[in-house]
Amino acid sequence: MDLTSLTIDAARSAIQERQTTALALAEAHYARIQKEDGAIGAFLTLSKERALEQADRIDRIAAEGKPLPALAGVPVGIKDVMSTRGVRTTAGSKILEKYIPPYDCTAVARMEAAGAMVLGKLNCDEFAMGSSNENSAYHPVRNPRDLNRVPGGSSGGSAAAVAAGMAVATLGSDTGGSIRQPASFCGVVGLMPTYGRVSRYGLIAFASSLDHIGPLTKTVKDAATVLRTIAGRDPMDSTSADVPVPDFVAELNKPIRGLRLGVAKEYFAEGLDDEVRQAVESAIDKLKGLGCEIVPVSLPHTPYAIPTYYLIATAEASSNLARYDGVRYSHRARGAKTLAEMYRRSRDEGFGAEVKRRIMLGTYALSAGYYDAYYLKAQKVRTLLTRDFDEAFGKVDAIVTPTSPTAAFRLGEKTNDPLAMYLADIYTVTADLAGIPGISIPCGETKETLPIGLQILGKHFGESTILRVAQMYAQS
Amino acid sequence: MKVTEKDVAYVADLANLELTGEERRGMLRDLNSILDYIDLLNELDTSDVPPMAQVSDRYGANESKQGSERFAYASREDVLEGLRKSLPHEDALANASDADEQFFRVPKVIER
Repeated sequence: MDLTSLTIDAARSAIQERQTTALALAEAHYARIQKEDGAIGAFLTLSKERALEQADRIDRIAAEGKPLPALAGVPVGIKDVMSTRGVRTTAGSKILEKYIPPYDCTAVARMEAAGAMVLGKLNCDEFAMGSSNENSAYHPVRNPRDLNRVPGGSSGGSAAAVAAGMAVATLGSDTGGSIRQPASFCGVVGLMPTYGRVSRYGLIAFASSLDHIGPLTKTVKDAATVLRTIAGRDPMDSTSADVPVPDFVAELNKPIRGLRLGVAKEYFAEGLDDEVRQAVESAIDKLKGLGCEIVPVSLPHTPYAIPTYYLIATAEASSNLARYDGVRYSHRARGAKTLAEMYRRSRDEGFGAEVKRRIMLGTYALSAGYYDAYYLKAQKVRTLLTRDFDEAFGKVDAIVTPTSPTAAFRLGEKTNDPLAMYLADIYTVTADLAGIPGISIPCGETKETLPIGLQILGKHFGESTILRVAQMYAQS
Repeated sequence: MKVTEKDVAYVADLANLELTGEERRGMLRDLNSILDYIDLLNELDTSDVPPMAQVSDRYGANESKQGSERFAYASREDVLEGLRKSLPHEDALANASDADEQFFRVPKVIER
């Protein structure tokens, strides 16, 4: 049995049936990390002690013949924006290089309560700001499918770890596409749940009205299993919704025949790579063949999504990142004479170029005289973008689009042009702004064998539907 | 050009950033290029459109209620340690670069 190619269920059953142990699974994955990750760079910190303790716990339950929980002995990785008690959490930034959180993120705690073994913390763009993982203050992540290409971002480490068999599942975060776009680039499944579905307690905040936690996995079923584990109201996060959590796994096998799938022409406009278009169009044909009705819909405000996103996300970020002042837990510059100088120099030394750029843009958009023209304007367009989806979802059950306009690009290709980098998120940001769920699943490859992603968007709290569509597509 | 050198200095000041001369020049170029693109939003007449600050107001637990009443579930009694115990002093100070047993230490704030 190849221990690094297992799905969640296969890993759990293999332990339950005593064909292997959680310890063997953890060790096989650490060996794989040792062998592969020098070239890929997905992990920033390993938490071996913590993982092995959990392995021991699981192996004892298995030895007693008791039933194992859903994620028992599943080796997972956590994007380094989620707090882990006693394990360094950097957010990919030098400003948190030495930060050891005193508490656990709820999503991580729920994964571990279900038996998952946390192997370590995964590289990402600094404070989750980026689309290529090149903004990590430590080192870029390389795409396991082609080491000269980016894995996408900002959850690039989370996607690469799954793609390279260094973890069975990972958690990522999505503010403008940061789960779905890297999933697409690395050829794995990435699910962004509805805003409020998963608690963000312990997630290092980037843009609070847009931040989501979700899984990256090898299969659609694994994504459903992880979502079922981490979803649901958490009193520690007042934005987590008090909405019933269905059994996403049980609902996977409900038929999709007769579902209405929307196709929006705005997602197939100029800028979409031909090979991506062909792959997505043939995926849509396949879904039609599976009994779905394909319905044209219009999302007319789509071209305004990126400017709207970059105003709202940066405004919120400028406020959220004000806390890094060198006093309580972040990097402090040496030798400052006054408090003000200490703040400035600590932030100057601790933040990277893209983070500074976004803090500046956000601060500008919120400053006196510009608030109405920029921030308020963006909030109004956010309403229009959300209404587009309301109208479309009056006619259809889900909407299918490409996840990204291109397959993975080369390292360095877009680093000198922030705007070009921002446009890599053109098909993903709108779902974050509207708060609807979206999943990216592999739907073919380019001639250069780079993965292509199909995105399926759903109604608020409609994860079951998009998971079902994804499952049927993947199985056919 | 929308943003001037003076604006960059003013905004950096608001954001508690110093920025080197080179960083300021880069910021001037990047902010202007991004804001030019953002001008696209002015094509839309939004005079009658309400702003949307967050998504949560679309799924209040109690749809029959209005405003903050819909989010009653998101509030709790304002009592000491209502959700969990506070962090022990030692843990709360553990990540500070300078602290004594009681407080975070910072450079002098008031000159006399």
